[in-house]
Amino acid sequence: MFKATLKSVLSRKLRLLLSGLAVVLGVTFVSGAFVLQDTLGRSFDAQFAGAYDDIDLQVAAKARVSGSAGDAASAPVGLDAATVRRVADVPGVGKADGDIRVEGARALGKDGKVVPSTGGPRYGKGWTGETSLLALRKGHAPAKPDEVAINAGLAEKGHFSVGDSIGVLTGQPKRSFTVAGIFGYSGDRDSIGGEQTVAFTEPVARELMLGHNGQYSAISVDLASGAKSATVKAALKKELGSGFEVRTGEELSKASADRSREILDLVTQVLLGFAAVAVLVGVFLIINTFSIIIAQRMRELALLRALGASRRQMIGSVLLESLVIGLVAAVIGLGLGVGLGALGASLLAGTIKGLEVADLAVPANAVVVSLVVGVGVTMLAALFPALRAAKVAPIAVIRSAVAPDRKHRKQTWTGSVLLVLGAALLVMGLAGSGDAAMSAVLPGVLLTFIGVTLLTPLISRPAVWLLGGLFSRSLPGQLGRRNSARNPRRTAITASALMIGVALVTTLSTVAASAKDSVNNEISDKLKSQLVAMGDSGDSMSASIDPAALRQARGVDGVEAVAAASFDTAKVGKDTQSVSSWEDWGAARGMLSLRAEAGSIDELAPGSVLMNKATAKDRDLKVGDKVTVQLQRGEPRSYRLAGTFEDMALANSVVIPWADATEGFRNAQPSQAFFELAADASVASVQPGIEKALRDSPEVTVQSKDAIAQKFNDGFDMMLNLVQALLAVAMIIAVLGIVNTLALSVMERTKELGALRAIGLGRGQTIRMIMTESVVISLFGAVLGVVVGAGLGLAVAHSMRSQGVNTLSLPWSLMAVYLVGAAIVGALASLGPARRGARLNVLRAVTQE
Amino acid sequence: MSATSSTDTELAARAVNVHKVYGTGDAQVAALRGVDVDLRRGQFTAIMGPSGSGKSTLMHCLAGLDTVSEGDVYVADMKVNGMSDKELTALRRDRIGFIFQQFNLLPMLTAEENILLPLAIAGRKPSPEWLAKVIETVGLSDRLGHRPTELSGGQQQRVACARALVSQPEVIFADEPTGNLDSRAGAEVLKFLRDSVRTLGQTIVMVTHDPNAASYADRVVFFADGHVVSEITEPTADAVLDMMKKIDTLEKVA
Repeated sequence: MFKATLKSVLSRKLRLLLSGLAVVLGVTFVSGAFVLQDTLGRSFDAQFAGAYDDIDLQVAAKARVSGSAGDAASAPVGLDAATVRRVADVPGVGKADGDIRVEGARALGKDGKVVPSTGGPRYGKGWTGETSLLALRKGHAPAKPDEVAINAGLAEKGHFSVGDSIGVLTGQPKRSFTVAGIFGYSGDRDSIGGEQTVAFTEPVARELMLGHNGQYSAISVDLASGAKSATVKAALKKELGSGFEVRTGEELSKASADRSREILDLVTQVLLGFAAVAVLVGVFLIINTFSIIIAQRMRELALLRALGASRRQMIGSVLLESLVIGLVAAVIGLGLGVGLGALGASLLAGTIKGLEVADLAVPANAVVVSLVVGVGVTMLAALFPALRAAKVAPIAVIRSAVAPDRKHRKQTWTGSVLLVLGAALLVMGLAGSGDAAMSAVLPGVLLTFIGVTLLTPLISRPAVWLLGGLFSRSLPGQLGRRNSARNPRRTAITASALMIGVALVTTLSTVAASAKDSVNNEISDKLKSQLVAMGDSGDSMSASIDPAALRQARGVDGVEAVAAASFDTAKVGKDTQSVSSWEDWGAARGMLSLRAEAGSIDELAPGSVLMNKATAKDRDLKVGDKVTVQLQRGEPRSYRLAGTFEDMALANSVVIPWADATEGFRNAQPSQAFFELAADASVASVQPGIEKALRDSPEVTVQSKDAIAQKFNDGFDMMLNLVQALLAVAMIIAVLGIVNTLALSVMERTKELGALRAIGLGRGQTIRMIMTESVVISLFGAVLGVVVGAGLGLAVAHSMRSQGVNTLSLPWSLMAVYLVGAAIVGALASLGPARRGARLNVLRAVTQE
Repeated sequence: MSATSSTDTELAARAVNVHKVYGTGDAQVAALRGVDVDLRRGQFTAIMGPSGSGKSTLMHCLAGLDTVSEGDVYVADMKVNGMSDKELTALRRDRIGFIFQQFNLLPMLTAEENILLPLAIAGRKPSPEWLAKVIETVGLSDRLGHRPTELSGGQQQRVACARALVSQPEVIFADEPTGNLDSRAGAEVLKFLRDSVRTLGQTIVMVTHDPNAASYADRVVFFADGHVVSEITEPTADAVLDMMKKIDTLEKVA
């Protein structure tokens, strides 16, 4: 008797541990994200410490457009000599020097390609001599217009030595220089935060980096002796007004470090996403485990009640148990998370030049969040079963503990209400625009999931019945099918765990498939140019093409027309959004097969803009309306909306006249070019000529239409791969849930299994029976997930019309893969419990009381 | 005392010098100490004895649910001891029927599906006449579509009986089939078991400690302390009770 009790307790512990594992995984990702962020954050802080020590205060003009990409992507607003004098005259300012240091000088390596990133920005600056921070290591300062000095990090990455020739791309086409000197930073650093810097002579920097828009990008201020930084800062702000920013060296260091931290955000978000999935699925697992345990202990609980235990005590005892599990899981997860964070930090740091990884530490917030998430989630999940435990009537000691499956009307109602609420939030979030609308999407998705889960028991019997039909040809299959329909609630909650993972992944896959098909359709159906020159990274703003080279390409034999485009972000009305401009609008319109939706798009006259239908709708603009556009450079201009065209991913944006773009865009050079070939010319015969013409624009490659489509597809596929990893996490946890449920079912049905074996069911048949049950449950979850996910995905994709998603597609093959995957997962999950069921001692099973 | 008395071809099952020992060393307990029993075809045999007398152990050994320590058990002419799990499964499926004290019906199947289960497991189709006959005998024709939870205990046990009968096994082993039933439902089941022997020619071996139940059998074999101690044919409840008392006294004297 003692042995049996011990055994049951131990097997329960194992089961609790299994459900705790989901919490462990969740906490691992959460704490891993925190540790990673903390460790790398401190590494960056150390890296930028002292980077601006030589500056007491810095004055810069505020960017005209500060978009989502941050200040870095904004064009600098130049400062003139008069401003420097104004700054110098402010009391407390000892010395004020104009500086030029602007992002966007891309050094070309010896292979003619841009030197690969070392993890930081690429600066072009005007040489102003050595400072306490910056010192030449080799060679001399740039003195002539064709001389530059480069930082040691860039020299190493591009294999440059003093005297070498170096090509540099800036706001202007490629220019060649001689490396006159190589400099490093204090503390023997080759680079600060993985930055690459090319230092020109001041006039050259002014021309290339500022485009003669003003004299300087910033003013460095030395305080007069005895002057207080804060006082002078306030005085400067007062003198210069709101168009300027005044920052201390310390603030600049912090801003730089913060910018570097931005790359952490993505990693952190991915880890937190994984954590969210793990925790969400884990909640179901815990609810299920505790529910089953409580159902099994019904008599014991009733006895406790009969002996005088209060409801509160019953709830307390269940919650205490969950507290212990949550605590243990949180501590284990925290330990694993520290390892994950350390590993991630060292991997990421490896990609950034000269970054020393700070000592590993466990930040207090990681500990707090881990404990809160681990314990909180476990206890919250255990609360519902605990409440049910408290409802056990003392009479259940005598009566059969097996309660008939009640109609869960309350649950159905709650589920319906939540589902409707979730759907409403989704509709609201997807139909609207802006952050407020987007913030409604997430709770909408969550509520939809919970609603569906609550309604699942309702459909689980018929659904499982239908799915089980697949297996009903053999007797074990039939029995398994019936078993899976026996406890709809348990089946539903087990399947729900799988449903969530599959639904999330299907949603994202559906969005990706729709986006992919939209682009592919456009490229194959509408794009009339057979060759396209564009940057290798998907970012349309990062590449540039020499306009002179483009003119040359136009002369290549077999080229019928060329449409070159430039892209930028600008403030349109109140919103920051992408704008584009075409050197030859007529050619572009034809090549992209753009069709007018309202007004006329035949011409783009000065003072007018065009936009795609969805953008106009989002901005609430009609043809003839006035709209103010603030480009990166210059003053805001007022335009008249001359016409709108039908949505097309390749062209969706606000189209600005070319003359304004060359003045106002951050990069006046085109970044993409579309080539239409003559009827008798072949791609193979024309491509080499165009490539030759564009050889000094190494940021773009000339590709065929198909290659472009493929590139878009590759981008989506990469995103999908990440998504599959998410699915894997969810699947692992869901498998634990299925194993758990099956193991319990096998235990509960010991007598039944014994009877079946006694009347002649073979071991193989027993295994097949349990396996069928498992596969049916997993398939049920996967089907639900695929259906819910496809619905969500289509809704999201539909809401992305303005981003050019105009084809709604379902990822049929992936959906099939998810279903097959779920079936395999179900079969695998059943192995343990099925073996146990098959190995059962028949005699003991049938004679069991 | 030996209960052997017939030729092999008339035997549905047979135990030859069966010993069964549980545990090892000092903790050794002998449940069967050299049992010889012949179970004739077409007969309703009751095995009686006080708890711990070894009657259930013998039945479990005969049915291949438990192994023997020494001796041999046969079902028809097949030696059961030494069979592999596969052979035992086939034996149980094709040659043996079971009726348990706790019915052990599958709750998710209807009465009819439960009855047909052994045939389904074996992949055989029931012969319609036989099925009709069995169902008529158990008297459940209007209850076939019900789940076990919708049936009374007696009805459930009759379903279990029909399940054992349907595959026309060599022998049906019934382990205290009336143990969980009230006397009226018990009497129904026993009457039905007796009828199935008389009219259908079935062989049934029933373990029981209820003299009244045993009185329905054609023959009662008495067990005490791991031995067969006596037997009666054509018993009445009183005769069985007397014999039980006698065995009780004998044991106390010994």
